[in-house]
Amino acid sequence: MEYFVQQLINGLTLGAIYALIAIGYTMVYGIIGMINFAHGEIYMIGAFLAVIAFTGLGIIGLTWVPAAIIVVLLIAMFFTAAYGWTVERIAYRPLRGSHRLAPLISAIGMSIFLQNYVQIAQGAKIKPLPPVVQGNIPLMESASGFTVSISYLQLIIILLTVGLMLGFTYLIQRTSLGRSQRACEQDLKMASLLGVDVDRTISLTFVMGAALAAVAGVMITMYYGVIDFFIGFLAGVKAFTAAVLGGIGSLPGAMLGGLLIGLIEAFWSAYFSVEYKDVATFVILVVVLIFRPTGLLGRPEVEKV
Amino acid sequence: MNRIAFGLIGASAFAAAAFAVPAMAQDITIASAGPMTGQYAAFGMQLRRGAEMAVADINARGGVLGRKLKLEIGDDACDPKQAVAVANQLATKKVAFVAGHFCSSSSIPASQIYNESGILQITPASTNPRLTDEAAAKGWNNVFRTCGRDDAQGTIAGQWLAKNYKGKKVAVIHDKSTYGKGLADETKKAMNAAGLTEAMYEAITQGDKDFTALISKMKAGGIDVIYHGGYHTEGGLIVRQAREQGLRAVFVSGDALVDNEYWKITGAAGQGTIMTFAPDPRKSQNAKGIVEKFKAQGYDPEGYTLYTYAAIQVWAAAAEKTKSLDVNKLSAAIRGNKFTTVLGDLQYDKKGDVSNAKYVFYIWDNGEYKEVPNMGS
Repeated sequence: MEYFVQQLINGLTLGAIYALIAIGYTMVYGIIGMINFAHGEIYMIGAFLAVIAFTGLGIIGLTWVPAAIIVVLLIAMFFTAAYGWTVERIAYRPLRGSHRLAPLISAIGMSIFLQNYVQIAQGAKIKPLPPVVQGNIPLMESASGFTVSISYLQLIIILLTVGLMLGFTYLIQRTSLGRSQRACEQDLKMASLLGVDVDRTISLTFVMGAALAAVAGVMITMYYGVIDFFIGFLAGVKAFTAAVLGGIGSLPGAMLGGLLIGLIEAFWSAYFSVEYKDVATFVILVVVLIFRPTGLLGRPEVEKV
Repeated sequence: MNRIAFGLIGASAFAAAAFAVPAMAQDITIASAGPMTGQYAAFGMQLRRGAEMAVADINARGGVLGRKLKLEIGDDACDPKQAVAVANQLATKKVAFVAGHFCSSSSIPASQIYNESGILQITPASTNPRLTDEAAAKGWNNVFRTCGRDDAQGTIAGQWLAKNYKGKKVAVIHDKSTYGKGLADETKKAMNAAGLTEAMYEAITQGDKDFTALISKMKAGGIDVIYHGGYHTEGGLIVRQAREQGLRAVFVSGDALVDNEYWKITGAAGQGTIMTFAPDPRKSQNAKGIVEKFKAQGYDPEGYTLYTYAAIQVWAAAAEKTKSLDVNKLSAAIRGNKFTTVLGDLQYDKKGDVSNAKYVFYIWDNGEYKEVPNMGS
């Protein structure tokens, strides 16, 4: 039981990170039907900005941890969002309306470009960050002496993710921006005819996705304490898988998919072997897609005439 | 007018080329290849620094066979596919010799290309036994190393574990790489032979960052010692996350931890990490002047830096001895002979391995690794 709870905490933390990144994939897909393969790299840039910002704050002497984390989050979200906006402006907008595959290839190109850009600008070596938040809360102890603990960082990651998800759902469901986004999702051309500024809505979608990826980047930097220019690839693949599992295009689906993948990885490692955790994840993905081709919460695509 | 201008540009370009060609023909191109980018870039840096210094020193003394050396750097990112591409590239550039690669999983596929192209390969760091064993089995004569082998390294680690942790719970983990799995399995074999069976055997994935599930599993299993076959990035994260969860098991690993980047990842959590590596080459008598020269450049020649330097020394000495760059002659000259290098004397056996290679134990203490005398015995 205690062991199960500990693995649940491990899995939820990992899943929260995946979910934050997965939202960026799913929103862009929902609106313009394109898979933004550069999104993993945007997350990586968020992580690098976190290291840069923490170092900068250390130099100017802002060392009160809660304030430092908030400032770093804001800096990372702002600059990463700027990257997200620029990528859309340069690489995707000129290709809108062209063949469906064109922006996909452009996205892959952008991913390679960003990876190499960071590699050259920041060096190929790993970037370590000394622990910012340390310590954990012991929750319970089993008879055999196994203590279940949740670290402060795990707690921060889970709470922050839940908060962002709630805020995001509100944004999409209740605000005018959310309404425009949902309109664009249903029919891009019709939305523009009815006076929705489509370009602006799409730009803001990229900005929001990038800002969430930046939060994931900051969290991962503090949680693992080491990043390199290559982390975007693996995280991107996992988050994309999460988006597909939950039903790409569906926002709650991305959240559910992210959490599920985190939990599958943790529990497979816990009760079977660590070696085959990725295999387990993808087998479950395949099984789900066989029975529900649109993912767990995805709606079947209606052929528009 | 335009045509004349073009003609002039063409002529001057041709003249420049004509001047450049004979100057280049004098040079001998040699190469070093390893992970210059990617998560193991710290080790690529060790190889590059060692090779650059060796080439500069040899050129200062007049080069090899009276010709200057020119260094090419190949980047395989520790990826077997890219290693083959790099090897092909180096072969088309007609390099005379390659000091590389770093990862065993790169050195092994690359060695085939070098064999086909008649290029001598001396790896400074790939310790997997298969590299020279398979080359010998196929009758190749171009593969050598300046480092030891994992069967030796695993044996000493396995025996030490069996002796010091009798009745305790040992977890053996590896990263599925040629090097990591090879070393972990050799260690396991030696440990089992000495009467200690592991309580857990798990494989992780290279590039993964989250090992919390594995650590909870080890914590629940009451593991006392973790033996890790793999590189410093994953090793460092495992230690850091283990200490965060309150798992105090001793962490033991191999020679792919020898870079201070390990400590940058672990921070204080790395205190007390034990690893096996050859006797510190920086303390060798022959290395004294070179270590000082490196330090004057603000670089600590740790890990495999001096091994790369030595690989180039061995090649240069063999070339001077045979007055040739031919792989067959060089190979015959190295096999069974002794070479004085920055590491000390290297005695080569018939297979291309260093027969007097030794492994000792180190402990990480406050950001540095220190040799522990008499720990293996």
